[in-house]
Formats: sequence, structure tokens, C-alpha cells
Amino acid sequence: MARSVSTNRKLVTTFFAWVVGLAIFFPILWTILTSFKTEAQAIADPPIFFNFHWTLENYVTVQERSNYFRHFWNSVVLSGGSTLLGLIIAIPAAWSMAFVPSRRTKDILMWMLSTKMLPPVGVLVPMYLIFRNLGLLDTQIGLVIVLTLINLPIIVWMLYTYFKEIPGEILEAARMDGATLRSEILYVLTPMAIPGIASTVLLNIILAWNEAFWTLNLTAAKAAPLTAFIASYSSPEGLFYAKLSAASTMAIAPILIMGWFSQKQLVRGLTFGAVK
Amino acid sequence: MNTTFRTLMGACALAALSAGAFAETITVATVNNGDMIRMQGLMDDFYAKHPDIEVEWVTLEENVLRQRVTQDVATKGGQFDVMTIGTYEVPIWGERGWLVSLNDLPDSYDIDDILPAIRDGLTVDDELYAAPFYGESSMVMYRTDLMEKAGLTMPEAPTWDFIKEAAAAMTDKEGEVYGICLRGKAGWGENMAFLTAMSNSFGAKWFDMDWKPQFDSEEWKTTLNFYLDLMNNYGPPGASGNGFNENLSLFQTGKCGMWIDATVAASFVTNPNDSSVADSVGFALAPDNGLGKRGNWLWAWNLGIPAGTQKVDAAKAFVEWATSKEYTALVASKEGWANVPPGTRQSLYMNEEYQKVPFAKMTLESILSADPQHPTVDEVPYVGVQFVAIPEFQGLGTAVGQQFSAALAGQMSAEQALDNAQKLTEREMMKAGYIK
Repeated sequence: MARSVSTNRKLVTTFFAWVVGLAIFFPILWTILTSFKTEAQAIADPPIFFNFHWTLENYVTVQERSNYFRHFWNSVVLSGGSTLLGLIIAIPAAWSMAFVPSRRTKDILMWMLSTKMLPPVGVLVPMYLIFRNLGLLDTQIGLVIVLTLINLPIIVWMLYTYFKEIPGEILEAARMDGATLRSEILYVLTPMAIPGIASTVLLNIILAWNEAFWTLNLTAAKAAPLTAFIASYSSPEGLFYAKLSAASTMAIAPILIMGWFSQKQLVRGLTFGAVK
Repeated sequence: MNTTFRTLMGACALAALSAGAFAETITVATVNNGDMIRMQGLMDDFYAKHPDIEVEWVTLEENVLRQRVTQDVATKGGQFDVMTIGTYEVPIWGERGWLVSLNDLPDSYDIDDILPAIRDGLTVDDELYAAPFYGESSMVMYRTDLMEKAGLTMPEAPTWDFIKEAAAAMTDKEGEVYGICLRGKAGWGENMAFLTAMSNSFGAKWFDMDWKPQFDSEEWKTTLNFYLDLMNNYGPPGASGNGFNENLSLFQTGKCGMWIDATVAASFVTNPNDSSVADSVGFALAPDNGLGKRGNWLWAWNLGIPAGTQKVDAAKAFVEWATSKEYTALVASKEGWANVPPGTRQSLYMNEEYQKVPFAKMTLESILSADPQHPTVDEVPYVGVQFVAIPEFQGLGTAVGQQFSAALAGQMSAEQALDNAQKLTEREMMKAGYIK
């Protein structure tokens, strides 16, 4: 009897999980479907789901019109570079907060998080002027710095939470065995926190890949990533939904594939320490 | 012989390297519209004429572009060497010295060929600050089959009363056909472009000669009530969220009897690949009320050179090429006359081939009937048909547009929206020092 209830519950839970999952995924599915339609089919009313003449025309047009690979490479450099730089700063910072906390550690953590509370547009003009004066406008290095700074609070917070789960005694034992601070972080702490670090890396890459405020405002032709590539297909005068969808699909495909293959790691990291 | 050959090869390599080294790259910021995209595909012609110049494109959505180029030109950021800007920005930026004068373009460019209505809007103190790439006005696009079914004939220059009568006759809500589709989405370039132009034909104006806002006038009351009445009775549901693209989509799928919007839409609604009503579309001038002003606007996308660029000569060479008569001929030869950027040069409208394009005549007449220097029935202290060419207008227009959009959505009455518009405009104009 108990087994039957459990199976029913499982069925209901699975059903709802699928419904929620599909609802969340639906906009992406619709974008992908639209990218294979003609512009007329894209605005058809009632909407056409699968019964349309599939065409690759939009992909051909987008490929002819824009330099996808340059934008793609910029996205790789910006998301990879900012994640790497962020980790170099955040791992020692999270270590000190987790294992050698001071009276002000909680305040510092809150202060770091509070920088995320200011709408970015509030500091656009000063940032633009600083970038202009330093010659960083439309450069990869400038964008890497900005993306690192805006994602740093999240990286530090995530790593701090993971590090807190690791017993301090293990690090103490390493120290007693003569490990230096560097070896302690590199050879003891880091391997133990690999799932947490991996999920932090993945999340940070996704956030940097999708960042569409600074990447649109501080770039022009040279350092523009895929967000600028998508934006170039949006138009208030003229219907380009199918082409816009093709550009969007091409832009999200790499990160979607990466997320698909690393989902196990991502879920493990995000639920790390959730059950005690 | 061998030595000579080597020397020659060396000289060629050096020449090639020098050409590469001295090739100047200019960055052009532009909007995503059909004409601009077409130009990017025709760049081989430019490179053949200017092998020493390379062009990098930054294509952005209109509102993003506006914000980016304003930021860049105001801070002299130097990210762009040529900018695509509208008729609203050119006089304001030109006056502030943010743009390079184009008065020294060669005689062969033929500045006098540019349509006077467009050219005047780009000139400050006799200095031309931008070259028009394509110009547009607004007009009535209507379904000839539905008009016939309603037993009516659209005049070439209809009145607002006729538009209302036709909208009522064409509406079939059960069949999801709405007599009229108009912009309702809030924004200075969205619903306020339409409503400001419409208000001109009702005798209304934004400001009197002392810069006092006029939303408390009877003319504005009549304008807004007429618009709301038209849209609430004969417009599509959810119209307060409709801009150009939403209405284009409605019209192309056969849900609108009439649509008053940009002349550029004519090529979209008559394109059989995208429009299900392509073979039954007619055109007429924007309506009036017999007061001497029509409810149509005037807009042009222009190429301007920011004063901060270090590459003025290369930028000018590009602007000259992109807005020349030769470029028009090039587009016609490659893509046909219907795809030529319209609304900038008189010579285009004298061309017999172009006259065969179905919407060419109405586009020209619409452009010519708009007068940005004298946009309203009464005298006003500003220029601009669907906008007021002052820096504060972007913010003001959008704030007022939000009130009118809310009235269309039924969140407030017309009186309340006008009252709010009056108060907020008064406050901003006082703050900006226009009202003493």
C-alpha cells in the first residue's frame, strides 16, 4: 500500500517536474522552431508549431551578413577570461573568509553583494569615461575586467558557501604536516571543493556569456561578443523575427551544449552541502 | 633577369604591405533596417573606388543605437567614424559642434538635389551636418478589397471623419478584422510620433511661443478623444502595446482595414513573400481636418560624422558614396527600383523607372506635404513635425506617451492623461529654464 502511494506521488512529481521544465524551456524551443520558418510563418496567426516548411535560409542569411566566428571568439575570450581572473581573486578571498573569519567578514560579504543592488545604468557614464580615458573602449581586456568585477560577488559567495562545508580540521592537519598556505589551497582545499568550483565556473561562464548591458555599451566592432551579434538583428521597423531567432539560436547553442554535457557537475555543485 | 625579377617582386610586396599598412579602417554605426543591410552587401563597389579604406559595421537596434551614439558623440569617445542618426538629433548636435560640416562635399555630389524638406531639417546656420540616406513620411495604407466591400472609395487625401467612417464600416470583430490599426505603445518615437503628427492636423501644438505646454487646450482634448474613440471602437485588442512591428504583423496577416504609419512599410505590405494581403493594398495621404496641416510626419535616417573622429576624409568619402545618386543607381541595377532607398533626392522621383513603383508617388507627396519648419497651424517656437527639436524632448515625449498609452489601456481618462501630461511637461520645462 505504502509502495503504491509512493509510486503515485512519484508519478505526480515527475509529471509536474516535466510541466515546469517544459514551461521554462518553451521560449528556447520556440526560438529554435522560429529560426527554421520563413518571416511570414514566424508571424502567422494562429502560430504554427511543427507543420511548416522547414528552411535553413535564415541561417544562411545570418552567416552571410555577420561574422559569427569573430563574435563567438570574443564571447569565449570574455567569459573564459573573466571566469579565470575571477577565480584567481575569489579562491583566496573565499578561503580567508571561510577559514580565518574576522569580526567584519559577514559585513564584507554583505557589502560585496550590495554592489549587485545598483542598476548598472547608474554607473554607465562614469564607467564609459574611465574606459575612454584608459583606452579600454572596445577591447577584450576592458570587458574581461568589467565582467570579472560584476560577477566577483557571486563567485566569492558561492565559493565561501562551499568552503564552509569543508571541515577546518583537514586543513589544520595539512598545516601540521608542513603544508604552506599555497599548497594548502592548491592541493588540499581545491581538490575537495572541485564540485563547488566547477559549478561556480559553469555559472560564471553562463552569466558572462549572456551579459548584455556592458558588452553592448562598451564595445563597437572589435570586441563585440555574441550579445551584440543578436542585438544587430533586432529592429523596430521591419519584421526580422525568423532571422533574429536564427541569430539567437546560433548564439545560445554553444552554452546550451556546454550546459547539457556538464549538467551532472552543475547540479552536484549547486546541491553541494544542501543535505546534511 | 633574375635580379630584376626579384627586385620587382620585392617592390610589389612592399607596395602591397604599404597599402595594407595605410588602409584606413572606419567604423560605421547603423540601424538594422532593410536599406542599411542592403548597403552592407554592396560594399564591393565602395572598395573598388576606395581601396585604401576599410569599413567595419556596428549594427544596432534603433533605441540602442541612439543611446550608444549619443553617449559616444557627447563624450567624444571616438568609437565611431560615421553614425546613422535621425532628423531629431542632427540640428541639436550640429548646433553644439558635435558633427562635422558636410558643406565641402564636391559639386558632383549635388547637394541641391536633396529634397528641400529633408535638407532643411539637417541644416543649421547654412551648414549641412548630415547626409540623408533614406527619408520617410507617414501615410494611410488600406485594404482595397475591404474598402470595396464596405462600399466606400478612399480619396487620395482623406479627412479624419472619412477615416472614422471607413474604420466603422470595415470592422468585423467576430472575423478578427479591425477597421484601423495605430500605434499605442508608449515612447517619443512610438505613439507620440503618431499623436504629435495627428495633433498638428487638429490645430494642437506642444508649446506656445512662450514655451508654455498646451495639453490643456481644446485642440489636444479633441485629438486625444478622437484617437481613443477610434481605437476603442474599431482598433485591435491590446493596442496600447502595439508599435510599428506589431501593426505591421497585424496588417500583413489581414487583420487591419487601415493602418497609418511610416511610408517605408509600403514595401513590406506589398511584398508577397511576407504579406498575405500584398495584392490588395492601396495608399492615401495622411488625413487632415481642413486646417491646412496633415497628420503625417517627416523622418530621415542620415549619415553624420562625429567631430571627435580622426578619420574625417575617409568618413566623408564613405558618406558621399552611400548617399550619392550613383549609389541609388547601383541598388536599382542589383536589386530593382522598388528597393532603392527612398525619400532623399529629387532626381529619383523624376526617374521614369522609379515612377512605376506603386508607392513612389504617395511617398513623395507625403514627404513634400510635411513642413518641419512650420509644423503646426499656429506659430510655434520649435521645429520638427512629430517631435520638438530640443534635447529634453526624448524624456518628455516618452513621459507624455506613457500617459496617453495608459488612457488607451483604460487605466485613466483622456482628461486625466492630458492633465498629467500638462503638469509633467510644465515641471520639466521650468526645470530646464524654458519657462521663466
